[in-house]
Amino acid sequence: MSSGRQGPVVRVEGLHKSFGHIEVLKGIDMEVDEGEVVVIFGRSGSGKSTLLRCINFLEEPSEGTIEVSGLRIEGGHRIHSKREQIRKLRSHCGMVFQQFNLFPHMTTLGNVMEGPVTVKGVEEMQARALAMEMLGKVGLSDKADEYPIRLSGGQQQRVAIARALAMEPDVMMFDEPTSALDPELIGEVLGVMKALAMEMHTTMMVVTHEMGFAREVATRMAFFHEGRILEEGTPDQIFSHTRSPETRTFLDAVL
Amino acid sequence: MTTQDTTGTGATRSPVVPPQPRRDRLALASAGVSFRAKVALVWIAIFAVLGFLFWSASFDNGWIGEHIGFIARGLIFTLIMAAGGIVLAITLALIGALGRLSRNPVAYGVSGFYTSFFRGTPLIVQLFLFYLAMPRTAQNLVDKFPNSLPTTFDDFFTWSAFQVGIVVLGLNYGAYMTEIFRAGIQSVSHGQGEAADALGMSYRQKLRRVILPQALRVVIPPTGNEFIAMMKDTALISILGQGIESMELFRRAQLLGNADVRPTEALVTAAALYWALTAVFTFFQSRLEHRMSKGYVRTVAGGPRARQRGKAIVPGAGGGEAYGAPAGSVMDAPDEEIGVTGHTHAGGLRPADPVEEDPS
Repeated sequence: MSSGRQGPVVRVEGLHKSFGHIEVLKGIDMEVDEGEVVVIFGRSGSGKSTLLRCINFLEEPSEGTIEVSGLRIEGGHRIHSKREQIRKLRSHCGMVFQQFNLFPHMTTLGNVMEGPVTVKGVEEMQARALAMEMLGKVGLSDKADEYPIRLSGGQQQRVAIARALAMEPDVMMFDEPTSALDPELIGEVLGVMKALAMEMHTTMMVVTHEMGFAREVATRMAFFHEGRILEEGTPDQIFSHTRSPETRTFLDAVL
Repeated sequence: MTTQDTTGTGATRSPVVPPQPRRDRLALASAGVSFRAKVALVWIAIFAVLGFLFWSASFDNGWIGEHIGFIARGLIFTLIMAAGGIVLAITLALIGALGRLSRNPVAYGVSGFYTSFFRGTPLIVQLFLFYLAMPRTAQNLVDKFPNSLPTTFDDFFTWSAFQVGIVVLGLNYGAYMTEIFRAGIQSVSHGQGEAADALGMSYRQKLRRVILPQALRVVIPPTGNEFIAMMKDTALISILGQGIESMELFRRAQLLGNADVRPTEALVTAAALYWALTAVFTFFQSRLEHRMSKGYVRTVAGGPRARQRGKAIVPGAGGGEAYGAPAGSVMDAPDEEIGVTGHTHAGGLRPADPVEEDPS
């Protein structure tokens, strides 16, 4: 989306994160280049979600550096002057949550317009057009005036994707986007994500257990194990030439 | 339940039609009458009794008719006081709640002191503190520090009963409502705040656009209750003795009733006026509550309200605050009542009838 910029879209250096005495991330280094689709997988509790949440500072990194679109922020104490930077960084990261987290008091269109209007100060008419375009991308133009409660889980998640896209982020982060969905609704959400990756070449980081999606869409996969990246590679390397026994055990369990 | 077999042996010979206790027969006989109509009848009966008492007590109706206008004009001041008080209370409750949820030690400490003091002392004591003790304290301060304080310092803290009424009601109710607002804000799921954060919203934007609109929905019903309670508590201001130009309802009733030796008539009139006032506001409150449910209730043909009440008839459905009173009364019925509805149910009568007949 942003072009002509040097370096990776996301760069994570020496990231540690502890909750109390429990260290969830034990030193993560990762770079995501433009147009890449990185699938992050691993057992629950291995720190996959925490990584995404540290990248946009929903969790404060205990140690390490996060860089998104050239904006570098050190982890550690959250001091006042850092807040502005964090907000700026967040507006470059689209985030899609497991539980959708749509705003229930706004219509679908209102949800998608909210970011551009409130955060970026885009004019109402312009934001409306942009939001309609995004809803079109996820195939929900006809639901613009509905409130989220009247949509199915799959539709809600697609609106959530449109809401994140409307900020025109440099990277889209998906935190188990299909885990809360009924099996028959998973396909429509993965379909939208696939279109984003294949047709629009969106830079994406996806935490998911959907290995079929990973095999088809991912340019790179990273296996998380006990707070570290144990294995990294293309889907072919991961699935067909698995190196670590832990990865093998996990894949055997989910495939 | 005991069986009253008044028909003798007839009933025992035909077990198809079992003998029915009187309560069951009453329930069956009135099955065609809607719940609302029955409730209306109960109210009419109560009013009939009250009317009879009123008539028997031989009140001076002429006096009431003559002076009700004067007393009723006090409603304006009652309302202004309550409106001013609730605006102040809501403001303080919002600030207080944010303080209680803040990790800033100053905000947390100040809001903690505020709620502790104003919930920990009686309202009437607070009224006297602000009406009598505050100007006196200001006066003493001026005497003690004549050089550093302006001479008008104590004037600034000398308030009329009306002003004290607004401020103290606001402070006192604000302290209680702080807890309501805090709970309302906490009722908004954590994910909502995170979604707002993830979009890059500031704390202020998050509050205004995402958290507060949702908290408001939870907070409005209890705030309405607080407002109604406050309208009644304005009567306490009469103790401070307002001037003639700003007398609220109860003060007018008291003065006039005592002057004309018609204290009972004056009291009854005041009670009726307070009641009418709160009834009107209770009605508006329920309308507002209904309007606020937008986006939370899947609208069906009967409208959101029908849907909400419909939910409540399923025992254990846990419809939250959406319970209509009739449905609640079905569910809260003591054991023997359930026995009745259970029986009539077998007879083809649904226990939920009053709710389902609800035309709204």
